[in-house]
Amino acid sequence: MNLVINTLAGLGAFVRGNLTGLGYATRMFLTVMRRSAALLKRIRLVTDQVHFVGNYSFVIIAVSGLFVGFVLGLQGYYTLNRYGSEQALGLLVALSLTRELGPVVTALLFAGRAGTSLTAEIGLMKAGEQLSAMEMMAVDPLTRVIAPRLWAGIIAMPVLAAIFSAVGIMGGYLVGVPLIGVDDGAFWSQMQAGVDVMKDIGNGVVKSMVFGVAVTFIALYQGYEAKPTPEGVARATTRTVVIASLAVLALDFLLTAVMFSN
Amino acid sequence: MNQSPSLVSLKDVDFSYAPGERTILSGLNMEFPRGKVVAVMGGSGCGKTTVLRLIGGQVSAQKGQVLFDAQDVGTMNAQALMAIRRRMGMLFQFGALFTDMSVFENVAFPLREHTHLSEEVLRDLVLMKLNAVGLRGARDLMPSQISGGMARRVALARAIALDPPLIMYDEPFAGLDPISLGITARLIKDMNQALGATSILVTHDIPETFEIADYVYFIANGKIAAEGTPSDLAASADPFVKQFVSANPDGPVPFHYPGASLTEDFGGRV
Repeated sequence: MNLVINTLAGLGAFVRGNLTGLGYATRMFLTVMRRSAALLKRIRLVTDQVHFVGNYSFVIIAVSGLFVGFVLGLQGYYTLNRYGSEQALGLLVALSLTRELGPVVTALLFAGRAGTSLTAEIGLMKAGEQLSAMEMMAVDPLTRVIAPRLWAGIIAMPVLAAIFSAVGIMGGYLVGVPLIGVDDGAFWSQMQAGVDVMKDIGNGVVKSMVFGVAVTFIALYQGYEAKPTPEGVARATTRTVVIASLAVLALDFLLTAVMFSN
Repeated sequence: MNQSPSLVSLKDVDFSYAPGERTILSGLNMEFPRGKVVAVMGGSGCGKTTVLRLIGGQVSAQKGQVLFDAQDVGTMNAQALMAIRRRMGMLFQFGALFTDMSVFENVAFPLREHTHLSEEVLRDLVLMKLNAVGLRGARDLMPSQISGGMARRVALARAIALDPPLIMYDEPFAGLDPISLGITARLIKDMNQALGATSILVTHDIPETFEIADYVYFIANGKIAAEGTPSDLAASADPFVKQFVSANPDGPVPFHYPGASLTEDFGGRV
């Protein structure tokens, strides 16, 4: 009997704890959004952070994009070749990248590279009493520290996803055209004819902006709520990768269902 | 209008971090007169830093009043709290410098956030503050390039950047070498006199504190265990004060953590 009660109590505590956390995070998100207007007067705070998080992730995203493009070129060719439609390789590579792989893989890489860095930075600021010091100087850390980083993530993610897709298409081209021998003109013309700016590229950009909000906010929230100890910051960094990755995949399913249904 | 002789007062304050948790402060009454250096002393974890957090409005008392310039800090909204914090400077235990900013930018931070000074005026002000703590030459260094004692001095320059009427020091002497310790103590006294500010010094370092403080409170178990001028306390016969001032390992504050008796643990073997 005790086992049942304890299990139920444990489950209740787990659900309640998670709901409380979700409510607290939502309130923090809305507060950050409300106070973001102050950044319009100090746009430099945001541009500095865009440079910071963008540079952090640029190399890994460009290199990953190239290899993903290589693989798409190869796998796409093997499959299309069975049906004699290898000239559609350019279209396949471009649609795969702009609709799905560009936004999703960029967001996952961003979570691992810039997200962990943001969590550790904010967590260490908290552990070193820098956030408390800011509060005591009558400066709101949500406005001064969190909001610029959140907007930087929202701005940087679509740009990085675009770089990922562009480099990926170049990778697909290198494997498909010079290496395998797919027709150069067919590769580009099929892509040009089949990719819709609004439906494919536009939806991909919207996806990556949503992922930008989710990944960056999760990273910042985990840092802000981390226990102010080395162990607490380490745990928060791990949580950022796990939660942000799952959130990206779940959001991708929802967005795809909404955007690409007939 | 008559000004209260105390800039900060704590009246019958009770505090615990969460309902049902250990009471940190209970029925605390303290006065911090204008222009004086008042030290709050006591063992680690006795609630000294909590007093500063209450005055700064970072936490609120469950009972009683925390008055800053006759205004109740505990009942203020966020905007009012931000306004009074501009009139407070706080030196954190390890400086709490912003690690991504240079020494200059750290001191400039409150000025940039709260004033619209031109770059030239701001530069002169920051260099004057750094000069006061002897670190004008270190303006371009990053916090990772300076020692703990220097970081504390930079943090002091930052705390006084807006010339606040109240300066709070949280363990300013912790972990400092003897030279840095002497420098920090002298700076606290000098700043107090130069700015005419009220200083609250939270520490457990007896010699330096007794040298610079005008009045001392000892806190133990969330209450005032003793209070008086340094000379009163140095001559006190109170067992707690004597133990603390003489740094005796055993006394009213026991050496052994409460637990089973020796006989219970070792039987007749000891």
